[in-house]
Amino acid sequence: MSVPHALLALLSEGPKYGLRLREEFEARTGEVWPLNVGQVYKTLQRLERDGLVESDGGEEGPQKRFRITVSGQAELAGWLRDPPDLTSPPRDELVMKVLMAVRVPGTDVHEVIQSHRLYLIELMQQWTRLKDGEARNDLGLALAVDAELFRLDAVTRWLDTADARLRRAAAEPPKPAEPSRATVPQLRRAEARR
Amino acid sequence: MTTPGRGNGDTPASVLELRGVWKTYGQGPAAVHALGGVDLSVAAAEMVAVMGPSGSGKSTLLTIAGSLEDPTSGQVWVGGAELAGMPRKAKAWLRRHMVGYVFQDFNLLPGLTAAENVALPRELDGVSVRKARAEAVAALEGLGLAARASSFPDQLSGGERQRVAIARALVGDRALLLADEPSGALDSVNAEDVMHLLRQACQRGVAAVVVTHDAQLASWADRVVLLRDGRITGQTTPPPGPESLLIPGQGR
Repeated sequence: MSVPHALLALLSEGPKYGLRLREEFEARTGEVWPLNVGQVYKTLQRLERDGLVESDGGEEGPQKRFRITVSGQAELAGWLRDPPDLTSPPRDELVMKVLMAVRVPGTDVHEVIQSHRLYLIELMQQWTRLKDGEARNDLGLALAVDAELFRLDAVTRWLDTADARLRRAAAEPPKPAEPSRATVPQLRRAEARR
Repeated sequence: MTTPGRGNGDTPASVLELRGVWKTYGQGPAAVHALGGVDLSVAAAEMVAVMGPSGSGKSTLLTIAGSLEDPTSGQVWVGGAELAGMPRKAKAWLRRHMVGYVFQDFNLLPGLTAAENVALPRELDGVSVRKARAEAVAALEGLGLAARASSFPDQLSGGERQRVAIARALVGDRALLLADEPSGALDSVNAEDVMHLLRQACQRGVAAVVVTHDAQLASWADRVVLLRDGRITGQTTPPPGPESLLIPGQGR
């Protein structure tokens, strides 16, 4: 999450005080990511130092008003369109747990998958309640909740697929090992050229 | 697993009750157990999602709950009435008066208007055409479709068609709603509307069983039951309120 750029986005509507920026940030993101006021001021100081915002020059604190500069606007426009770095897979703890559960003697990987699946669905139930309640009148919250639901949904789908794949592998006799090592570096090289 | 909480022979208080339900197709070595001892209890005002991969027995469970098929063994109660041994006519009456169905592909009759589609089950029940029609229009109004009452299915959007199908399933104050992938054919936002309406029906006292393979749809339910190879392998516990998600350090 990029707090500096989010603050630039809020300032692109007009000059604002730090306290108001914090309130608006939380409202706009459905209060899914709380932000403390110290973090806001520290970020604003850094933005000012880099010439992306400017202030009235008053004292530090709630009385100080900030506005976005021309280079701040350029920075914001670039950030909105610049795709985030998704090239390398995140080191996902859940993925790790399932991959390792396959190796641990005496562990039923399907049971491990099942307990994670139940937990994820319970979490999704909570988000869905939120979507069906407060978020019906709060567009920012609805968008943020959708994102979280799709993320958790993707994880449950992966668990379902892992479950099915492991069952199939257990039912089929093991094949001789194939020299598949070469494919990954080839893929990486192909990506690097782009 | 659901504990029925009552001795054998007692009438359950739930709207739908399955105890030790088996469904086997074929015989001998070729026998396939579509359901292998399912216990499920759904109370009034409760929405239960049954989630599982294809072939897990979800649809079989739904057809047995709706008395469209008999279990090979086990007991089923709908609205406190046990289905085993019930005469065919009595079962048909129960189906029409107690149970509403919602399907993925809506199943509306193309030659009838929205209101006529909704009125049809009531007319089949012997309710006068005029009364059935009034009930249908009221049901459509309740789902925000008053203006579409005279439209034919092909004049409606997918989301509207499914809302008509929900009105048809609920008309006549039915106590049990059985839905098979009710929003599977709709985009996310329309699917959400359909689930919201089903949830509202449950809040008014309807018991619902929604069968789906989709975790996002299942997450609308009060309780999610996981089915695999014809057996219930787990179910969610009632979640804490959504507030806990927004307090840092809790619920995550």
